[in-house]
Amino acid sequence: MTSVLSLDALLFGVLPYVALAVFLLGSIARYRGWRYSYSSLSSQFLENRQHFWGLVPFHYGILVVLTGHLVAFLIPRSVLAWNAQPLRLYVLEVSALAFGVLTVIGLAAAVWRRITVGRVRRVTNTRDWVLFAMLGVQTVTGVLVAMLYPWGSSWFAATAAPYLWSLVFLRPDLTAMAAMPWLVKTHIVTAFVLVGYTPFSRLVHVLVAPLPYLWRKPQVVRWYRGPGVVS
Amino acid sequence: MNVRSQVSMVFHLDKCIGCHTCSIACKNIWTDRKGTEYMWWNNVETKPGTGFPTAWEDQEKYNGGWKVEDGTLALRSQSRTKSVVNMFHHPNLPTLDDYYHPWTYDYKNLFDAPEGSDQPIARPISMVTGEPVAIESGPNWDDDLGGSPVYAEHDRNLEGLSEEQRQQLFAVERLVFFYFPRICNHCLNPACVAACPSGALYKRGEDGIVLVDQTRCRAWRACIAACPYKKVYFNWSTGKSEKCILCFPRLETGQAPACFHSCVGRIRYLGVLLYDADRLEEAASRPDDELVEAQRSLILDPFDPQVIAAAAANGVHDSVIESAQRSPVYQFVKVWKVALPPHIEYRTMPMLFYVPPMAPVMANRGQGVVDSVSDDLFHDIEAARVPLQFLGNLFGAGHDAKVRYALRKQKAVRWHRRAETVGDVDRATADRMLREADCTAEEAEAIYRLTSLCTFEERFVIPPMHREEALQMLEEPMEHKQAAGFGFIKAPRRGV
Ligand code: SF4
Repeated sequence: MTSVLSLDALLFGVLPYVALAVFLLGSIARYRGWRYSYSSLSSQFLENRQHFWGLVPFHYGILVVLTGHLVAFLIPRSVLAWNAQPLRLYVLEVSALAFGVLTVIGLAAAVWRRITVGRVRRVTNTRDWVLFAMLGVQTVTGVLVAMLYPWGSSWFAATAAPYLWSLVFLRPDLTAMAAMPWLVKTHIVTAFVLVGYTPFSRLVHVLVAPLPYLWRKPQVVRWYRGPGVVS
Repeated sequence: MNVRSQVSMVFHLDKCIGCHTCSIACKNIWTDRKGTEYMWWNNVETKPGTGFPTAWEDQEKYNGGWKVEDGTLALRSQSRTKSVVNMFHHPNLPTLDDYYHPWTYDYKNLFDAPEGSDQPIARPISMVTGEPVAIESGPNWDDDLGGSPVYAEHDRNLEGLSEEQRQQLFAVERLVFFYFPRICNHCLNPACVAACPSGALYKRGEDGIVLVDQTRCRAWRACIAACPYKKVYFNWSTGKSEKCILCFPRLETGQAPACFHSCVGRIRYLGVLLYDADRLEEAASRPDDELVEAQRSLILDPFDPQVIAAAAANGVHDSVIESAQRSPVYQFVKVWKVALPPHIEYRTMPMLFYVPPMAPVMANRGQGVVDSVSDDLFHDIEAARVPLQFLGNLFGAGHDAKVRYALRKQKAVRWHRRAETVGDVDRATADRMLREADCTAEEAEAIYRLTSLCTFEERFVIPPMHREEALQMLEEPMEHKQAAGFGFIKAPRRGV
């Protein structure tokens, strides 16, 4: 570990843990104390058409990109092996970039809608604007990194993944991060900040994604007595 | 046999005067909060008309309700996997414009406007944005056939009517309409519940009331699209779905729901029905023309010892069984068969039933006189001014047999009473009418009494809800001892 007081140490050695702690404590506290506020706060009801062109590309884009990050974090070796053949590397890089661009376009459309449609502006508060700004920085830097520092899928696996794992094992190894260009650093730092900001924003809807619907019985009956959910 | 109880309703359309008192009673209690201004858990439509939200019966547009696919029931709006896709953008969600943009007026200006040469006016102000707004429609914009060419003509129930019948319906001096009050039907097979990804919507086991758990709703909006009656609404301010709760806090304290209580025409009846939950799915999957009968067959005889035993075994309280025996809904729906479910072809098994309207009088205007007294006093059902096909589309899944039966019986009741009280029709003809309508004099008398002379207690047979026992099962009774007094109640607030 380098100097404990350096900025890098603060951003990459301390911030991640602070963000994660705030995320966990904040989300749990909010869920226990004010569960009612867990909502996606959809505004489709107020405006339908632009909603489609913003929200659909954004969600598909971000889901694919996030999954990509997760895979590269979980199985970096396999990603490297896949990238050993140039053609496969190109396919991966191009599709990752495409979904990244899709995310940015979707986000831009969604923000534009929030600014221009009076009804939707009415249901947008400061916390939302802060969130959109952070998402903007996050996605734009992501796309820029992909364009300016090619073959990210490979170097992520070689540098970022080991760094993240070092965080997991509570022995932060900052050497790789310290050497990163500032654009990449910004991307990583904003990511941590976003994690920490989640419990204070509408992002919590991700935590309550209703997966059980994929297997639960269609009808829900609640009894005062006896089993909670039967049909 | 899996016997469950269901609080059910009958609306007698012949008695509705279209006063909207019911809607106002409901609005004042439940939906005068921010985000709910546009909601009308109870609304009264004029038929023919497109209703509220506009054209809600158009399931090609809204994809509400169920369909039968390879012999099994499936939601029209989504499959399990499609529910994920719909989450980002729901293709069948009605928007505020399909209802109306709620507004108020800038009344303050009437007092505060500076002196000038013009009268000050109160401009319409949007209740969503707070900005001035141009009023384009409202919740009962086509009330009393207002703007018929734009609205009434597009009523889905006109399907299958001949050109001549349509023209008749709208011809000056012959035109006809009736009112169609609507609340949530608290269905046996609710599409909203089945569609909710979060499992926030549920049916109460003890009384069948369908509710939205506000703390579990995450604004995925699937329920709003799935309900074919468009009776789940989206609160744009809190980001939660809301719907008619059948005034359960009132029911639990033995009071009729607000819209029932306030109904000026006394058209509303409420009572318990016992039904067989095991056969529900099978009944809901039948072909269109068998659906009314299939639903009826689910409703069990509360006097049958076997049913009583099965109900008791299932935990249905004795007092509820006793209440079911006095239920006016049971009489109208099962015994007399004069009340019918709305649009049963949506297959949600609605538990609000309608007595189809005979009024306005079946008379037709001919040769300059209103021709109503003939030896066929109330005319034949076939010659009714509201074409049977129209009522069949509304209350018989496109088939008019059940409607004809219900109307014929009502007509026979009128003949019977005419013979009794006025005496200008002879008894023999009245008896023939009764026979043809599959009705006895006693039954006709009973229908007459429950239709015209019913008291408050006869209209609303509210089952004891035993909420106190229910609470005891959920909570330690002594838990709140010495703890009540001053405190805080959090108002629902949007997001964090
Ligand atoms: S209060 Fe009764 S009579 Fe008046 S509109 Fe409502 S249902 Fe009809």
